[in-house]
Amino acid sequence: MLPCVGRLVWTAPPKLIYWSVPPMHIFANPNRFLGIARPLTPWLGWSGGVLVAVALGAGLFYTPPDYLQGESVRILYVHVPSAWLGMAGWGAIAVCSLMQLVWRHPLAAVAARASAVPGALFAALALATGSIWGRPTWGTWWEWDGRLTSMLVLFFLYLGYIALANAGDERASSSRVAAIFGLVGAVNLPIIHYSVLWWRTLHQGQSITLRGSTIDGSILWPLPIATLGFTLLFAAIVLMRMRAMLAEAKVEARLRRMATQ
Amino acid sequence: MNHWPFIIAAYALAIGGTVTLTVASFLAMRRAEARAEAVRRP
Repeated sequence: MLPCVGRLVWTAPPKLIYWSVPPMHIFANPNRFLGIARPLTPWLGWSGGVLVAVALGAGLFYTPPDYLQGESVRILYVHVPSAWLGMAGWGAIAVCSLMQLVWRHPLAAVAARASAVPGALFAALALATGSIWGRPTWGTWWEWDGRLTSMLVLFFLYLGYIALANAGDERASSSRVAAIFGLVGAVNLPIIHYSVLWWRTLHQGQSITLRGSTIDGSILWPLPIATLGFTLLFAAIVLMRMRAMLAEAKVEARLRRMATQ
Repeated sequence: MNHWPFIIAAYALAIGGTVTLTVASFLAMRRAEARAEAVRRP
């Protein structure tokens, strides 16, 4: 029994490192990353734009009104993708922060910083469109219920992260503090997700689960198209911001080298 | 209550915000890459 345990302990970690690290470190070289990001950016941007246009056009002019909410249900097609990307943006920050802290991946901090502003924008859009939707359906612009409050907390977390990531110079210590903040802030994501189950207040419960949807198919179908379209646009924005940050870092490094010569 | 002013406001915010950030990110990227290219040349 003991040799078996010993073999498991001593052989599993090298295998784990061998299979998990190389794919992630393919993008550790900025030039290799840029070789993929440059052609990918316009594809993501244009395909995202087309999908969003189709979905929002259908949502505005084709789908029927809801029997209960009436025409205001059309706000669904901008509100749900915004809320998803507000949360996914912080998810990306948390994963990149983990990669930065544990594996010291050179592009992870850049990717996390590049995700912050679009994530904050979509969190703000989720709050704003939700508030606009709330007025005709609930009769109020705002309610301090679990879902709305935890989403507002996420928006403030974004503002804190952006301030931390841009504070001071590019030293590793300030970047590490931002990474730790990015990881700790991820605690809010399950709170947002389960808030409608834990605290039953004004916001409706989950309409879409793994088991199906309570939304009728005639209203539902543009929603995944809009969500995919906005997600592709989000990815294009993150890539563009990463490319800008890498180019700025290149200029800074070059100028520093020239100053010392 | 007429719902359309609310719908138009929500769509205008979402589309306006997304387009503004996309264009701003594109311009910032193009400016930064042009600067990097200019510095790289001897």
